[in-house]
Amino acid sequence: MELMRDLAVQGVQMALVLALAPLLTGIVRKCRAHFQRRQGASVVQPYRDLARLLRKDVVLAENASWLFRAAPYLVFASTWVAAALVPTFAVGLMFSWSADLIAIIALLGSARFFLALAGLDVGTSFGGIGSSREVMIASLAEPAMIMTVFTLALIAGSTQLSTIAETMTFAHVGLRVSLGLALVALILVAVAENGRIPIDNPSTHLELTMVHEAMVLEYSGRHLAMIELAAQLKLLLYFSLTGCVFAPFGLVGPESPPWVYGTAIAAYASKLAIGAPLLALFETTTAKMRVFRVPGFLGAALMLGFLGTLLLFVSRSL
Amino acid sequence: MTILERCGAQAPTQESRPWPRAVVDADGWRFAASQLAEGLWELLALWAEAYVVHSAVRDPASGEIAVLSLPCAHGGYTALAQWHPPAMRLERTIRDLFGLEPIGLPDARPWLDHGRWGVKHPLGTAQSTAPEPPGYQFLPAEGEGLHQIGVGPVHAGIIEPGFFLFTANGETIVRLEERLGYVHKGIEGLMVDSDLDRAIQLAGRTSGDSTVAYAYAFAAAAEAALEIDVPPRAILLRALMAELERIANHLGDFGAICNDASFAVMHAQCGILRERVLRAANACFGHRLMRDRIVVGGVTADLNKDGRAVLRGLLGEITRRLPRLAELYDKTASLQDRTVGAGVLNPALASQYACGGYIGRASGRNFDARKVIRYAPYDQLVFEVPVLAQGDVNARVWIRIREIEQSVAIIRQILDRLPEGELRAAVSQTDTSREGAAAVEGFRGDIFVWMRISAVGAIERCHLRDPSWFQWPLLEAAIGGNIVADFPLCNKSFNCSYSGHDL
Repeated sequence: MELMRDLAVQGVQMALVLALAPLLTGIVRKCRAHFQRRQGASVVQPYRDLARLLRKDVVLAENASWLFRAAPYLVFASTWVAAALVPTFAVGLMFSWSADLIAIIALLGSARFFLALAGLDVGTSFGGIGSSREVMIASLAEPAMIMTVFTLALIAGSTQLSTIAETMTFAHVGLRVSLGLALVALILVAVAENGRIPIDNPSTHLELTMVHEAMVLEYSGRHLAMIELAAQLKLLLYFSLTGCVFAPFGLVGPESPPWVYGTAIAAYASKLAIGAPLLALFETTTAKMRVFRVPGFLGAALMLGFLGTLLLFVSRSL
Repeated sequence: MTILERCGAQAPTQESRPWPRAVVDADGWRFAASQLAEGLWELLALWAEAYVVHSAVRDPASGEIAVLSLPCAHGGYTALAQWHPPAMRLERTIRDLFGLEPIGLPDARPWLDHGRWGVKHPLGTAQSTAPEPPGYQFLPAEGEGLHQIGVGPVHAGIIEPGFFLFTANGETIVRLEERLGYVHKGIEGLMVDSDLDRAIQLAGRTSGDSTVAYAYAFAAAAEAALEIDVPPRAILLRALMAELERIANHLGDFGAICNDASFAVMHAQCGILRERVLRAANACFGHRLMRDRIVVGGVTADLNKDGRAVLRGLLGEITRRLPRLAELYDKTASLQDRTVGAGVLNPALASQYACGGYIGRASGRNFDARKVIRYAPYDQLVFEVPVLAQGDVNARVWIRIREIEQSVAIIRQILDRLPEGELRAAVSQTDTSREGAAAVEGFRGDIFVWMRISAVGAIERCHLRDPSWFQWPLLEAAIGGNIVADFPLCNKSFNCSYSGHDL
């Protein structure tokens, strides 16, 4: 019975993230348009775009290798699994016990690895620029993310996200300086990882300034659909992660009765609905930074994560 | 001594107005080249006819302008670019279009001619050739760890075509080389033998965003040649249209520069204001860009009472909202971080190239044709020319903001003093061929026009020199040492014309 329930929760979660990811992107875009006094496309436009891309033929460069063709599916699969591991409306996820936060970072890291290789594969200068910039950003974002994870793990006594979320929800952790530092660090990392302003601009047409978009410039058709969906899933993942760790209201615990699932999903949706305009607002009020300012930005995230961990050690030894 | 006397010129031709033109010999041409090379004179334009090259030079000390003509009987002439690099692309163009060989020119490559016209030297001997894609040799940049990035000629945004080859070391640009000429329309060829009405339409289509300024410059040159007195009301209406065009373009640029730093909200706000300007232009003159509203002898559209009210409302709105946008620009640290210190143009280069417009004025070159040449009606209007010395993207943005404010003040003065009267003077026929020239300040800088009109009133030869001729090369210089990702921002702050340059 327990197993059946966990399996069902996991299944619903996988379907939910896949279904909601394009909507979240659509809402963020709509909010950005609104802040710029534009009407903007409908919030369901990302679904239409995906459907259009799936219908279209793939145009492949003549010298594209198998890697170029396989990368979109690898990227999509690992991002989807990673997104399915983060508790959205319920803890007690089936897969959660086999994969912790470190595994999520590793999954996202391997997705990025394949995408960066694919960017180099066809040998265009833009792909190379994009891959080089992406790897530079990632090499700084990943340590910062790991430090943030350590802070959380020290508080919860585990790197399992389900355990962390449960601790945050039910164990009355209270307000802690370390958690505040970790939250800021996580948001900085999330902005960089998702290629949002001020690190990257997902809506730019200027090839020379692109990071993520430059890497995937050669992709088309269903390949591009996979990559776009993966990017949307990744954004959702970071929203879910921030939500389940720092705003764990409405999460369904392991012993809860089944009827609370409805409210749990509603609570999750409202977290997304609050987060999306905040992201859009942040993106509207800042310009993109110079490429070489990014280390400073992510260095701040690394230092915050580091400080959070350090504070925990200091407070424990007292 | 005048420029012509110092060059040992023969007696000036009588038909050339308002600036004298005279034939010089090879020594006089060389003397002019040395004056240009030492920075004592400025090169305003360099163009050709079959077997003659002309150059318009200006002495900044006295403000005198003269046109020197060098006959090239053997199909060659001494290249000015040996001593004065700004002439380089102009001389390559003269070779492409006329087949006149610039002797001693360090660069043997074609410029506008990409080998796809099916004709060689279209304005000279015009031999037809089979179209052949030539192997264009880009300048070398050698060293360890350098890689090349080719961008264009078709770009991702809706802009004009041009090819940019970057040689970069990682992110740092070592060399940028431009290749232009993709939108060569042969306007100067089309103008030959056409009447003035047709020719001014062509002039107005040289660069779409400067259609008023081009028509204004063409009309001024034609009127100088034919000695037409334009009615006072038409003179002021022309300036009014030119300032509206300047405001609209500067607003568009201001927003677009910020948008290239991914600060889209400014783009949206400036877009709204620019749209208001275009709608006001449509309400007043019946065309959003005021195309074909200026004709030789005057203007075709009048400003009525409703139009005045529309314009006063527009000026009020700009005066209200522009300071807030300027403040937002100035107070947004992330935006300032991008624009301050990016793409610095050395003032020495700006003055060597006689670079006009906001690019020159942001690099300390105090030149505005409205102030320096003082053509009517700007000789009676009160305005200032903003000049900054920093030469970076930020300075170019501020010059634009200040110029919008000045243009608003100019339009207010025009509205206050606009007299009643005729809109258009009759274009009189002459029995001799006449020459005229003019320089008019478009939003990018000074547009220079020279023409010869035949006795029957048809264009024999007309040359239109876009300000971008002396701005494009400076972009190559300003971008060196910047990072690749900053190029779109720097490029937008220059906003040179492809169409006006490719002609």
